[in-house]
Amino acid sequence: MLAVKEIDVYYGAIHALKNLSLDVEQGSIVTLIGANGAGKTTALKTISGILRPSSGAVLYKGKDITKTAPENIVALGISQVPEGRRVFQTMSVLENLEMGAYLRSNKKEIQKDMENVFARFPRLKERRKQEAGTLSGGEQQMLAIGRALMAQPELLLMDEPSMGLAPLLVKEIFDIIKDINSRGTTILLVEQNANMALSIADKAYVIETGEIVLEGSAEQLLKSEEVKKAYLGG
Amino acid sequence: MIEFAQQLVNGLSLGAIYALIALGYTMVYGIIKLINFAHGDVMMVGAYVGFFSITLLGTNILAAMLVAMLFCAILGVIIEKVAYRPLRNSTRIAALITAIGVSLFLEYITIFILGPAQKVFPSSAFPITEYHIAGISILNKNIFVFISAVVLMLILQYIIKWTKTGKAMRAVSLDMEAAVLMGISVDKTISITFAIGSALAAAAGVMVGVYYNTINPLMGIIPGLKAFVAAVLGGIGIIPGAMVGGFVMGLLETMVSGYGNSMYRDAVAFGVLILILLIKPTGLFGKNTGEKV
Repeated sequence: MLAVKEIDVYYGAIHALKNLSLDVEQGSIVTLIGANGAGKTTALKTISGILRPSSGAVLYKGKDITKTAPENIVALGISQVPEGRRVFQTMSVLENLEMGAYLRSNKKEIQKDMENVFARFPRLKERRKQEAGTLSGGEQQMLAIGRALMAQPELLLMDEPSMGLAPLLVKEIFDIIKDINSRGTTILLVEQNANMALSIADKAYVIETGEIVLEGSAEQLLKSEEVKKAYLGG
Repeated sequence: MIEFAQQLVNGLSLGAIYALIALGYTMVYGIIKLINFAHGDVMMVGAYVGFFSITLLGTNILAAMLVAMLFCAILGVIIEKVAYRPLRNSTRIAALITAIGVSLFLEYITIFILGPAQKVFPSSAFPITEYHIAGISILNKNIFVFISAVVLMLILQYIIKWTKTGKAMRAVSLDMEAAVLMGISVDKTISITFAIGSALAAAAGVMVGVYYNTINPLMGIIPGLKAFVAAVLGGIGIIPGAMVGGFVMGLLETMVSGYGNSMYRDAVAFGVLILILLIKPTGLFGKNTGEKV
């Protein structure tokens, strides 16, 4: 579904991604794990079109989207839950969700999806008139996920959805990710929490200083000595 | 007391004009963090377009205002495209200096084409009537300026609060990258912001023409700067702040002229800027927002 082919990305003089390739198969959960600053977010931003690779290509459903404008990439069905949630702080929960559906025009369907989001996250329904900035961290994460779902994505990019959340909430968020996937949305998950990410993923990549150093099925990587040592605290 | 009420009436219409100009400053700052110093000059262009609409096309004052608004909306979009967009990713000071350049360009291209002499706004377009209510003299031009400004502000509030475009404008001003990830076109949204801000300035320009009777190519400088002070006073980037700031500046100016010495009215206006920057740089409506983790 998504194929990133040998991309190089620079931030000024910094070579942030080096010859990075990855594949995401339709219907799967693929995770990209690595330490802080390894290039995980850069990879997602490049797929979203916010950053441009200096070489290589990003293919989505066989179509080259390397030079497509980010808003058009959203229109193709790729939506992102950004790092740090990035909800619109002084806009209401409802308005945030409406922004997620910005490119859609069928009001009835939007309303239906809004109900679906509220069914999944009842807390958001209770607080729908509240400013997003007044929500707790976990609620903001739910809003960021709900907002991304409002775009009806076929591919959902998630950037460290567990960041800064209490363990119980982390578990809840990962259950939600699994559930979203089981309903047909393909997921590319970027995580520092390797243990959790590998436990729900089908396939995994390990990134270090902008390079993929390991790849395989999530099961394989969970058992791999290198991964255990570096990312699983054992 | 009657004297005070009289100054209040004068101050409210002047304040409405400042508020309209201040809105453009604050909207543009809110979305691209640029103090658009050419904004006062867009107001001046609006006044001239209104003038020619009345004298050459023979329109009435309301139609002149609409023509000016349309013209300046397009002018604002062009200014942004040509002058500011190429600098979007450079330092803020570069864009600021460019804004001053655009300001000078508009002033002197107008002088070049139309000459430096002032033009008298045709009084036939707006015959002055005076009303006396409880000893206060109210001119129909005060009422016209105040009501049309308030109507425009209500329309703006409606757009910002309830329309999809307005929500997108807020989203872009809050978090440009997150807005892009929603599929919002940042370029388009910024263009719309410039169009709306410039249209409001043009309306204010026509109002200045009606209010002061004369227009000239440098007429945008002082009202532009005062509107900038109004925007800072209310909290730059905050729309209700610009409205309140505009009215405060207008009232302050007429009160200083009425009770003190009109020679000091500009000094007081810029004194306000110094004071607000010393005491509460975020402005009356500004607050320091922390990020929640």
